[in-house]
Amino acid sequence: MASSIRVRATAKDDITEVQALIQHPMDSGFVKDAKGEIIPPHFIQELTFEHNGRRVFVADWGGGVSKDPYVKFAFKGAKKDDDLKISWVDNKGATDSTTAKIQ
Amino acid sequence: MNKTDTRFSATRRLILQGAGAVALVGLGNIAFVNGAFAAANDKYPEDAFKQKTEADTIKTLYGKTAEASDKVKLDAPEIAENGAVVPVSVTTTLADVTSISFLVSENPVVLVASYGIPAGTVPSVANRIKMAKTSNIVVVVEAGGKLYSATKEVKVTVGGCGG
Repeated sequence: MASSIRVRATAKDDITEVQALIQHPMDSGFVKDAKGEIIPPHFIQELTFEHNGRRVFVADWGGGVSKDPYVKFAFKGAKKDDDLKISWVDNKGATDSTTAKIQ
Repeated sequence: MNKTDTRFSATRRLILQGAGAVALVGLGNIAFVNGAFAAANDKYPEDAFKQKTEADTIKTLYGKTAEASDKVKLDAPEIAENGAVVPVSVTTTLADVTSISFLVSENPVVLVASYGIPAGTVPSVANRIKMAKTSNIVVVVEAGGKLYSATKEVKVTVGGCGG
């Protein structure tokens, strides 16, 4: 299966701008399905971005983050062709990770 | 995507917690065990994601209160047609930012997202959040050990958490 994570990281001068889009249902546990039954909570809890083994951004998420979540941030100290490692773990213990080249 | 069985994962977590506790006991820090779990910055703030009010959430997450600041710029739409996807972003001119959190006052779980900002990371985050109904969005920025906030009301035409 293709990775659930799509990343675009662009370095300009000393600042690397990162945009990430992840495929995930992000069910909050408050929504009912067509039959009126509660859809159990299923959402990403932790999302981590690492550059050269150093954490540059950490997200702690609840069920209030939209389906197929998007996040954008920027950090200093990276250059073009560096690796950026992204990984997440959800409330059911599922995980995924990917490594992106900074452009 | 590596799907891990829920039961297995719960067991593993217990084992890891147990191992951590044993390690600490081994160091002779029995009284320190609870504090160590609460203080660990890397740990997912489970309790903060259970709070039902803005004040309780901020207190649980940071252990202090926030003051409104015009140095925190919160960008959100006046009206959100679809509460399931509300684009929200924040930037700040404050120095030494260590954390940025997004809260929605009227959501069943007030805390939506909390971001750790290490040194060298720009204190600016954009994301998309769900809103159950018309509500204040509150952004809390931790900078230099103090909390600063910005608030904006967003009118929601179709809720994103009802069903």
